[in-house]
Amino acid sequence: MSQFRPATADPAWLRLSVAGVALLTALVLLVLPLAAVFTEALRRGLPAAWAAIAEPDTLAAIRLTLLVAVLTVPVNLVGGLAAAWCITKFDFPGKRVLVTLIELPFSVSPVISGLTFVLIFGAHGWLGEWLQARDIQVIFALPGLVLATIFVTFPFVARTVMPLMQEQGREEEEAAATLGAGGLSTFLRVTLPNVKWALLAGVLLCNARAMGEFGAVSVVSGHVRGETNTMPLHVEILYNEYQFSGAFAVAALLALLGLVTLGAKVVLERLAGRQAGGAA
Amino acid sequence: MTVEVQGIVRRFGGMAALDGVSLEVAAGEFVALLGPSGSGKTTLLRVLAGLEGSDAGRVRIAGRDMTGVPARERRIGVVFQHYALFRHMTVFDNIAFGLSVRPRRERPTRAETARRVRELLELVQIPDLENRYPHQISGGQRQRVALARALAIEPRLLLLDEPFGALDALVRRDVRRWVRDLHDRLGLATILVTHDQEEAMEMADRIAVMERGRIVQCDTPTALLRDPATAFVAGFVGGATRLTCNVRSGVAHFDPLPLPPVRVSLPDGEAQAFLRPSDILARRGASGAATVRLVREDAHGRPALVVAAGDTLLDATGEFLGRGDACRLTLRSGVVFGAGGARAELAPLQAAVAG
Repeated sequence: MSQFRPATADPAWLRLSVAGVALLTALVLLVLPLAAVFTEALRRGLPAAWAAIAEPDTLAAIRLTLLVAVLTVPVNLVGGLAAAWCITKFDFPGKRVLVTLIELPFSVSPVISGLTFVLIFGAHGWLGEWLQARDIQVIFALPGLVLATIFVTFPFVARTVMPLMQEQGREEEEAAATLGAGGLSTFLRVTLPNVKWALLAGVLLCNARAMGEFGAVSVVSGHVRGETNTMPLHVEILYNEYQFSGAFAVAALLALLGLVTLGAKVVLERLAGRQAGGAA
Repeated sequence: MTVEVQGIVRRFGGMAALDGVSLEVAAGEFVALLGPSGSGKTTLLRVLAGLEGSDAGRVRIAGRDMTGVPARERRIGVVFQHYALFRHMTVFDNIAFGLSVRPRRERPTRAETARRVRELLELVQIPDLENRYPHQISGGQRQRVALARALAIEPRLLLLDEPFGALDALVRRDVRRWVRDLHDRLGLATILVTHDQEEAMEMADRIAVMERGRIVQCDTPTALLRDPATAFVAGFVGGATRLTCNVRSGVAHFDPLPLPPVRVSLPDGEAQAFLRPSDILARRGASGAATVRLVREDAHGRPALVVAAGDTLLDATGEFLGRGDACRLTLRSGVVFGAGGARAELAPLQAAVAG
């Protein structure tokens, strides 16, 4: 008796070994390090880890990180959505340039992004004197941290929303126009609801990266403890000072924030999939 | 309410998608824009709807110049090719959309909106679907929703962009009749875009045949079939076979095809003859001339023949012939277009001799 095999099915040994390689890679490169972080953090028990986190400097770092994220995400939500909307719904000269520019933060090293901000806003930068004369501190202060984070995380919202908008085209907006809807109500009632799940997913990714950003923030921060130190920077400082339990405790907390974000994204995608149902 | 289109030009880059189009549609009239893809029919529809601008010319609706009036102020109902239903809204909300986006003082109350939506659902015969989402209903039902949604704004003009293309053949015939009936009952002006001549013939009062951004002929279906204005129209409607012939002193020769020469009042030179099956009569004849390849029955139960004449297959009519029979062909009628677009009816040569 010959067994039928679909044309696209590869032999079992191949399927199993490819799946094995993928799983093993994920295990070694993704799960093990995370597990190690949590084990190290909890090596001396939960109370010790908690005590390390309750340090004033650490608490300040957590507060700052959350503050930066809270300021960054709305800006990128609006900016990313606007960029995606322009690019997918309109034709204009320079459109390709804009698409490429959106990707720039992904392709440039975050350290360089940070340096450009120092060059512009730093004491010896282009706007340095002007800012100093008005007693405005950008670099080594909150504005610099937020600016650098915005720059690095800008593509997340735009890049998650754009493909969906492109796929959906302009027909529904045109239908709305023929039915008498103005620009704003078309956007609020047709465009936005159509991309809301992708938008939320983009916001979550943007948030995760905003909290975890190291390179760009490291350049503009100045590492002033309790003032301009975000969680990733604080982890490095603690580690360099051989305060391993503290470093790992903060690292674990940071990782936990990331995991929660990822979990939320998965739940969102489930919900989105359920709502889209069998939609073509 | 009348629609007057005067000399509309629309260019995309260097290409003129619409090259001086003029058309008039009377109140209550059903007009089809018929043409191959790329002939500009959808662009014309989009210009009418206000979704596309025009580089020259003007559109007047009920006497009002619509140039520069945005789509949302035109109150023209549009059914899009793929319906463009709002995918995240229920059928009810889709249909109510046009009412609910009105400025606050013109907006009907919630109860009034609901009443109107249910009325429309009855009209398009899907009263039970109001809580479904577009992806939960069939293509035919989606089309009804799209139609109801377009009718909700009480349009004076309804534009249909290839609305039956996504339906399977069985449903399509019924839906066409139903839409035409709806048009008659509501008394709107309707413009239908299609590349299907059968659809245009069946539904429209008049058909505007479009070719490369122009309307080449706008007439009733019967007149189009009887008097095609150009070779393009003759080739596009009515299912005629196009044959090249040579005109010499008022006589068209089809050499090397085994067709008899015919009288035609055209200048000398090459010409295009358009022959319908009923124009070509096959009679039993000596072998060598033509052979019957296939015998079928047409829609009226009369025999329809496919005859091989040399390398060319012709649709012909003829009685008492079977597959493989040798036959002789005569031409009873037909349209011939000479160089420069001059048009003439062909006439049998024998008649001339007899007369």
